[in-house]
Amino acid sequence: MIFSFDLLINAVVSGILIGGFYAAVTSGVSLSFGILDIVNIAHPAFIILGSYVAYIVNSTLGIDPILTAIIATPAFYVLGAGIYQIYYVSFEKRGQESLRGLAFFFGLLFITEVSLVLYFGVDYRYVEARYIGPTWHVGALDMPLRMLVPCVVSLLLIAALQLVLTRTFIGRAIMAVAQDQLALRLMAIDPIRIKRIAFGISVATASLAGAFLIIIQPVEPSVGRDYIGRVFAICVLGGMGSLPGAVIAAMLIGIVESLTSTFYGPSWAPAVSFGFLLLTLAVRPAGLLGR
Amino acid sequence: MTVRTPLFLVICLAAAALVFAGAVAVGNDYVFFAGYVILQYVVLSTAWNILGGYCGYVNFGSAAFFALGAYSTVAIYKLIGANDLPHIVPMPVLMLVGGVVSGVVGFGMGYLTLRLRGAFFAIATLALAVVLQTLIVNWDFVGGSRGAYILRPEEVPLIGSYIKYLFLVMLLLAVASLVIARLIEHSRLGYGFATIRDDELAAEASGVPTLKLKLIATTISGALMGMAGAPFPYYIGYLQPSSTFGLDYAVNSIAMPLIGGTTSWVGPLIGTILLGSLQQIATVTISSAVNLLLVGVILVVFVIVAPNGVIGIVHTYWQRKPDDFVGRRRVETDAPGSVP
Repeated sequence: MIFSFDLLINAVVSGILIGGFYAAVTSGVSLSFGILDIVNIAHPAFIILGSYVAYIVNSTLGIDPILTAIIATPAFYVLGAGIYQIYYVSFEKRGQESLRGLAFFFGLLFITEVSLVLYFGVDYRYVEARYIGPTWHVGALDMPLRMLVPCVVSLLLIAALQLVLTRTFIGRAIMAVAQDQLALRLMAIDPIRIKRIAFGISVATASLAGAFLIIIQPVEPSVGRDYIGRVFAICVLGGMGSLPGAVIAAMLIGIVESLTSTFYGPSWAPAVSFGFLLLTLAVRPAGLLGR
Repeated sequence: MTVRTPLFLVICLAAAALVFAGAVAVGNDYVFFAGYVILQYVVLSTAWNILGGYCGYVNFGSAAFFALGAYSTVAIYKLIGANDLPHIVPMPVLMLVGGVVSGVVGFGMGYLTLRLRGAFFAIATLALAVVLQTLIVNWDFVGGSRGAYILRPEEVPLIGSYIKYLFLVMLLLAVASLVIARLIEHSRLGYGFATIRDDELAAEASGVPTLKLKLIATTISGALMGMAGAPFPYYIGYLQPSSTFGLDYAVNSIAMPLIGGTTSWVGPLIGTILLGSLQQIATVTISSAVNLLLVGVILVVFVIVAPNGVIGIVHTYWQRKPDDFVGRRRVETDAPGSVP
């Protein structure tokens, strides 16, 4: 294969763009798995749900998918808060989160996916928006807007989340609940309420991530499964619960995946994140910016 | 309740003989096709339970281990090339190879991730399925994404049709895995596993070699899943990555033990018979997608409402704690003569 500089630089740029999207996908898991210690493996299924919400509204009313996703976040928040309440009462309270709690989320993943298959079939669905077709050319660089827009909005979302977590009372309480629940209780804050809010926010981000996903590529119900390994790999690599770490890790995995699919073929890309995951777990389990 | 292992083996074999005789008596090959699937799940769920139920470590990658077994058979089939593979390499040898391959992968996975918290192992197994599928899809020798055809021999001497033979082989493997599971449960190994499940930190502090025990559990569990997968290419005739790595293996091998009850070898058996028969009926009468939805819903309902599965329900009915059933010795602190 002839090594071409243009090819390389384009692969890196598209890796960064897709990395921005991965960061949005991971931010929810960083909250639930990283901070709250809830292994929500159903998160990718909620993202697919977000994609389908964007698809339904877009195909019937023609509203922009990102706008739809923003409008839909309260609904996803309520869904997340509800799921946490069930999880808390059935598993956390009884101290059974490790085995049965995991099985619970696995069941949710399964139910969501199969329900979508039953209702929509396994056809690929896509959305229409003005920025999906065109591409910006900067010198030799190609930047398709359907990649650029999700990347930029996703970085904005993460910046907002980080601001909430570090500057607001609720955000600081969320960070505190991960460290010491008893201390939180002594401050007259209900840790369960804080966790419910945090988990609600975590699922709410899935609404946006879902919209980004369906802008970037056509979606069918089982697409979410490809993201499970990737999302947790990014979360662990970045350092549990660290949003800036997640962004760096997401870009890194995005770039390596993009290089792999450019120079070895796209069918090898899914193996990249797993390699990263195993490597991180074996060498530095705390991740890049771990606590 | 304490039946010695040789006697237990005899009982199991007698039950297996009864099942086989019953299936032959029906005189319809469909019984063997349907029965094979259920037996395969008996092995898978029992294998899952050795790690999941006894040690408390969740494996989401059952499909990956199962597929490893299936694809090692395909690899040998392609290597020898001829259609007369079953005459050269008998099925039990193929199963042994599949078991070794899966066992080694299980050991490697465990070695890398089991030193960390349980959640990491669960996630790694989930990702393992995706990666192995990627490897198989890109490996043209075993058919790649197009899949591989395996010619099933017509007849087997003494037994008759090949599906009957496969059924018999799987029946014996199911008996073997139940005996292994029960043996583990009542041995030092099983008590060690239980300490890991109940409180790993305390176990480690008391001198239980937790990592070693976990690795043993992962290897046995993975090997049994691989053995269950090895005859699968002959059963299905056409092996394809997307169906072999299907999520239904993963969800079923988790749902069945959790529905039956995870603390004893009976649990996965009960769960498999209940859920397996239900699925066979649902697949025939409704559709296969609905039956998967059914499994998911039953799983979620059971883990919320009946955390100890069917065994738990039976034992609350008898006013006993499900833990007594495991065979764990309970020390009666207020028994007469005991020193507090």
